[in-house]
Amino acid sequence: MNDALRLNGALVDRARAAADAIADDIQQHIERHTTDTTERATLRLLGIAGVNEIDVPLVNVVVEQARELLPGGIMRPFVDLMLQTGTSAQQAAEGVAAGELALAEVRGERRAAAEARAEELAREGVARIDAVRRRRNELVAETGEAVKPYVYVIVATGNIYEDAAQAKAAARAGADVIAVIRTTAQSLLDYVPFGETTEGFGGTYATQENFRLMRAALDEVGAELGRYIRLCNYASGLCMPEIATMGALERLDMMLNDSMYGIIFRNINMKRTFVDQYLSRLINARAGIIINTGEDNYLTTADAFDQGFTVVSSDFINEAFALRANLEPWQIGLGHAFEIDPTKPDQVIYQIADAQLVRQLFPGYPLKYMPPTKYMPGDIFHGHIIDGMFNFTGIFTGQEIMLLGMLTEALHTPLLQDRYLSIKNAKYVFESCRDLASEVTFKPGGIIEQRANDQLQKAAEQLEEVREIGLFEALSRGMFADVKRDPKGGRGGEGVFALAADYFNPFFAALREGRMNGAPFGPAPGSQAPHAEGGH
Amino acid sequence: MLVRPYGDTRDDGIVQFSFTLPIAYSVKAADVGKQYLEKLGFHTVGIAECKAIDPEYTFYVAYGRTEVGIDPDEVKGDYLEVEEMDYYAINALIREKLGRKLNVVGAAVESDAHTVGIDAIMNMKGFAGNYGLERYPEMDALNMGSQIPCAQLLKTALERDADAILVSQIVTQKNIHVQHLTQLIELLEAEGARERFVIVVGGPRINNAFAKELGYDAGFGPRTTPLEVAAFLAQQVVRRRKGA
Repeated sequence: MNDALRLNGALVDRARAAADAIADDIQQHIERHTTDTTERATLRLLGIAGVNEIDVPLVNVVVEQARELLPGGIMRPFVDLMLQTGTSAQQAAEGVAAGELALAEVRGERRAAAEARAEELAREGVARIDAVRRRRNELVAETGEAVKPYVYVIVATGNIYEDAAQAKAAARAGADVIAVIRTTAQSLLDYVPFGETTEGFGGTYATQENFRLMRAALDEVGAELGRYIRLCNYASGLCMPEIATMGALERLDMMLNDSMYGIIFRNINMKRTFVDQYLSRLINARAGIIINTGEDNYLTTADAFDQGFTVVSSDFINEAFALRANLEPWQIGLGHAFEIDPTKPDQVIYQIADAQLVRQLFPGYPLKYMPPTKYMPGDIFHGHIIDGMFNFTGIFTGQEIMLLGMLTEALHTPLLQDRYLSIKNAKYVFESCRDLASEVTFKPGGIIEQRANDQLQKAAEQLEEVREIGLFEALSRGMFADVKRDPKGGRGGEGVFALAADYFNPFFAALREGRMNGAPFGPAPGSQAPHAEGGH
Repeated sequence: MLVRPYGDTRDDGIVQFSFTLPIAYSVKAADVGKQYLEKLGFHTVGIAECKAIDPEYTFYVAYGRTEVGIDPDEVKGDYLEVEEMDYYAINALIREKLGRKLNVVGAAVESDAHTVGIDAIMNMKGFAGNYGLERYPEMDALNMGSQIPCAQLLKTALERDADAILVSQIVTQKNIHVQHLTQLIELLEAEGARERFVIVVGGPRINNAFAKELGYDAGFGPRTTPLEVAAFLAQQVVRRRKGA
């Protein structure tokens, strides 16, 4: 399938070269800055959990107390405090929260001691993530692996126990990936809530306890079905690296983890988001988690037919950032979509063209294909057919993670039966069309091939323009999703700190050192690109 | 005149159902579904599908007939007069009839720290598959967020020469929302600015009749979608500008 469309290879090279330059430019900014959530994630990686008496997470208390020390990193003063008081990380954090202990700048020979101990602790923290990753590999081998494309559905009751029941029902109906929707506006909280959620608004909080409860439910139903069921949540918003840490420890398998989504759709400060996405992705890389990017959202604001190429160019940018954060191709679930307008002709032709283009541009990547939302009607019977055409395009073009559309998309969070009907629809289409693509060829120079090359050309040109003006400027001009964002504006900008010359955080090196490579499963059927062995 | 559902013959009263019961499928599952519909008052019930979708849940597709009718003329209430429109029609209406962007300012006012309601209506992402007002190309929507004093909301609306003000009130302990909502209207009246704006309030304890009593143009309760608010604002603002 990877040469089904004759694409202009020179344009592919131009696009990738431009995306590399764009990411390199931002990577310099990333490596010169830290954020409060980056430092809080660092503390979480040390194993600190829990909240104070007014439900403020201990990591927030510690980082707030040490705000003026953040340009040098939280690790040196925190580990020094542990050494001076003979406490564990958790005890030291509790001491700070109780007002009994305080962090201070570390001077003289204590620096070397603190740094040496911090490096040990970083290796131990990373070893905990590795143990979880090994456990996933064992479980996938023991339990059995799903057949791609993965059927991905969401649960969103607001009660984690209800979510667990619905997730199990979905898995029994054929779902391979369960995404737990977050309660409205968690992305704008500058802390990670603690404990289980039973009364969320349109979802549950991404908390470590909720992760644990859902993981246990999916392991249980996976064992029953002989198919490892993957768990997905959102390492996005103002606390990207902290949520990635929790996910790594609680064996999430996928994370929505886009480099630009928060900027564009949540108005989070861009200087912060680029820094935050880096550590979050390093953690996901280490944990063997598959990231999902959110380009599909662009087409909810911009028009799919006219602006489809922005999805392609953003996929190149997300790829470039992901590779810089040590993710292997099998972990990079680039997102894409096409919003069919049911009132216009030939829409499935364009849907196929765009999907096939992305498939061929990113061989070996577990592409995440997103369902129709924008034009989904209240008439659920009609909506069910629009979803059927989406499923057809997905199987025909070899997408690997299919977020299923729901016939009630326009109405409410899915009912139990909606999920069942949606999975039934998908399974029918997937099984009846599984080998169709190998039976037909695209007409050379036909509408599909022309559309794909046209989109590719526009994407390459856009990326070259972004390279000229820089990504910050491109975002401020609204080049993605028609949304304009001010580099100085947005939420969380006050949590960005320029690094001091002696910034110290041994996790960045420890996360890269001696990592395991490879997926807990073989290459996707029909996938021609071998899974790359990522470097150290 | 009484009407009944129309299947393939006038007054046959045929209704189509799909639902799930939290029971394990068994030989009697079909009868459980059938008798449930009979309890609801339907007769000539036919179970078209009765299937385990999980060990603990059974899914039904069924048909039944009802004798119950309704007289549409008897249905009365204090309704918002909003003509149902989709996203594109709303944008087109503003573009064609107003000829400029419709300017909206919204906030959760005074002590209310909950942005969930105003965000669902205004933010890009929207709610329940409906885009928020920020996403409407023909609207200039500013979501000021939470805990915005009424005076500041009014000042901003005046500065921006807004067409409409959206107020969200989620917290209702000890009827604090009534106090806040009244305060905003009093402030507007004191400034002589009440008639300049279409003013709308939304929240879990809000309904249209209650909002009108407090001096608002409309009230939106739970499960309101951005689309409904957008359609109301577009129609109201266009109507008023025409009258002006």
